[in-house]
Amino acid sequence: MKASSAPTPPLIVIGSGLAAYTLVREWRKADTETPMVLITADDGAGYSKPMLSNAHSKGQSADDLIQLTAEAVAERYQAEVLTRTEVLHIDPTTRTLHLDNGSTLVWGQLVLAVGAEPIQAPLEGDALNRVFSVNDRLDFARLQSELQGARQVTIMGAGLIGCEFANDLVSAGFEVDLVAPSETLLSGLVPAEVGDALKQALMDAGVKFHLGPLLSRVDRSQSGKLQVSLTNGQKFATDLVLSAVGLLPRLDLARKAGLAVNRGIQVNKYLQTSDPSIYALGDCAEVEGLVLMYVMPLMNAARALAKTLAGEPTAVQWPAMPVTVKTPACPVIAYPPRSTGAWQIDGSGANLAAVCREGESIVGFALTGERIKERNTWLKAVPPLLAS
Amino acid sequence: MRKWQCIVCGFIYDEAEGLPEEGIAPGTAWEDVPDTWACPDCGATKDDFEMIVL
Repeated sequence: MKASSAPTPPLIVIGSGLAAYTLVREWRKADTETPMVLITADDGAGYSKPMLSNAHSKGQSADDLIQLTAEAVAERYQAEVLTRTEVLHIDPTTRTLHLDNGSTLVWGQLVLAVGAEPIQAPLEGDALNRVFSVNDRLDFARLQSELQGARQVTIMGAGLIGCEFANDLVSAGFEVDLVAPSETLLSGLVPAEVGDALKQALMDAGVKFHLGPLLSRVDRSQSGKLQVSLTNGQKFATDLVLSAVGLLPRLDLARKAGLAVNRGIQVNKYLQTSDPSIYALGDCAEVEGLVLMYVMPLMNAARALAKTLAGEPTAVQWPAMPVTVKTPACPVIAYPPRSTGAWQIDGSGANLAAVCREGESIVGFALTGERIKERNTWLKAVPPLLAS
Repeated sequence: MRKWQCIVCGFIYDEAEGLPEEGIAPGTAWEDVPDTWACPDCGATKDDFEMIVL
């Protein structure tokens, strides 16, 4: 066989989350010829992760959230989809992937869209198997089956995911206790006044807060329920614990392959790792020092990478992208400042507009309730996340 | 008037309300929203929306 008729080596994507599937969809628009292989550790069903923390109160099951099955992805995007398959090792020298089924694959271009892993809080007790976290659709299916017959849920963590689940589960009729070491909600994202407005709205909805202490133990009790213990000595009963204390980019494969890693897999504005044929996208990637684990940067980056992989090098340009916290009791939109500044709060009750200024410049904002309508006004005033 | 939901993030576009802050007047049908429009919450494009029944 002549070299010119050798098959084109495929684009290989590791992962089947929102990053991987947005990339696949956009890339196929530009390149209908190059073969593609998708490798995923789960069932490969396409769904949108942000929907997980709002689905239960709407009566949606994990299967309801499936937008495309792995078979449909294979057909629609002319892809080979390897489900329930783990990549054991990436060899950049020979551009070879070693899979847990014993086979190997050679890539033309490789994209790591492996996501992030929930942080495991250090806990003690004899009921740690009743502590759950929801990082993907199959986790959500497990949570839903555990919620059958449960009445009381304890959530660990007062960040975006903890607050969204607290709102969703209290709306679905559960008694919700939320435990977090921070003094306010969404700390790091919004000023205390805004966190307090959300807290008041969630308290009005029925959520009980235990802010300050850590959850330290989960034990079985004679009543058939669980008993959780906090570091301030408080104990209370619950049916299950949902941990939402944060995510860390998955680095193992990249690190073992010798790729540059820091907090995430380090990539340039073209999402290229330290190996020119390997790219990283989504929650696992650190783009010019930024690890932004939310949906808007990911969608934006996937579109740029699709063009780059199709032969039109396109740098990621991130405008100011706000974080939307889906808490219907008190919706929040925030653009946290990347520099230090002074917050000014306008409004009252659940309707606040907080603006962060450094000198004359507006560097961040946080809006709640009715004031979220001002998002575009403030978005125009703040600096972009990653300029060209 | 219909409502459309973003399949990525759940944002709802209500034709009756439009999005005046983005220059889309109340009563603007989905077909008349510009193709360049993107979901304000997640950046998904018009293709990524679907209609929800209310």
